[in-house]
Amino acid sequence: MRLLSAFLVGLIFGLGIAVSGMINPAKVLNFFDIAGTWDPSLAFVMGGALITTFIGYRFVLRRPAPVIEAKFLLPTRRDIDARLVGGSAVFGLGWGIAGFCPGAALPALGSGKWEVMVFVAALIAGIWVARIAQSRTGERAAA
Amino acid sequence: MTAIETAFTPFQSLAGGVLIGLSAVLLMFLQGRIMGATGILAGLVTGNAPGERSWRAAMVAGMVAGPLLVLAVTGQMPVVDVPVSLPMILVGGFIVGVGVTYGSGCTSGHGVCGMARLSPRSIVATLTFMVVCFATVYVIRHVLGI
Repeated sequence: MRLLSAFLVGLIFGLGIAVSGMINPAKVLNFFDIAGTWDPSLAFVMGGALITTFIGYRFVLRRPAPVIEAKFLLPTRRDIDARLVGGSAVFGLGWGIAGFCPGAALPALGSGKWEVMVFVAALIAGIWVARIAQSRTGERAAA
Repeated sequence: MTAIETAFTPFQSLAGGVLIGLSAVLLMFLQGRIMGATGILAGLVTGNAPGERSWRAAMVAGMVAGPLLVLAVTGQMPVVDVPVSLPMILVGGFIVGVGVTYGSGCTSGHGVCGMARLSPRSIVATLTFMVVCFATVYVIRHVLGI
């Protein structure tokens, strides 16, 4: 049940990434290139996703529990620390260099393009190294 | 390498965005979790409990099947053009991995799910990576001229 649910959720997500055009780094980079070959499409992707999630969460989170698990697993931290801002800035830098974010790269693997495989391998290496660095400094791993 | 022009696709992009939102709502409804690609991938590659890995693997399989379903229905694979060089893919990918780990999330987790919950952390994270990404693309394309 869990596996089927996860596969279905992944499929709808992957379909959304593919249909929206976020799967295409050329399109994503053009969103960020207002001074050049600007393509505002990404704002519509974010807008559609945000509005749907905002409304959907209002109904779902009113329920006592999710269907499969015993309770909702929601992040509870509200503090803004240097790690959050610094990490996000580093992510923005990498996104601007390569044109892929993790959520677009995973579905893009389905295209079979070697560039996507290289990106995902480098992405996993980055996650590994950061996790090891975090565990050495005794930090709790991020959710 | 030079930039590739892409067509403005407001309707397709909006429809795709709604699908992304639906997947996030469905995951919360069924499993009570945030739909974040960073968390899914990190849990898959660094998770120690096998029960935590299997459903994440199933989700990634579903994601990969997304564009294949588009191919099956329309007869055309969605366009994936990577307009940057191999070193930029490698360096960019590694940097994204480090950044999303320290920043605890990416476009899906912070930008969609966290923003939809009006989480102050996610709002700050999203503003930060969007602004830095705009600046990075400007510098690469218009200052360095790569």
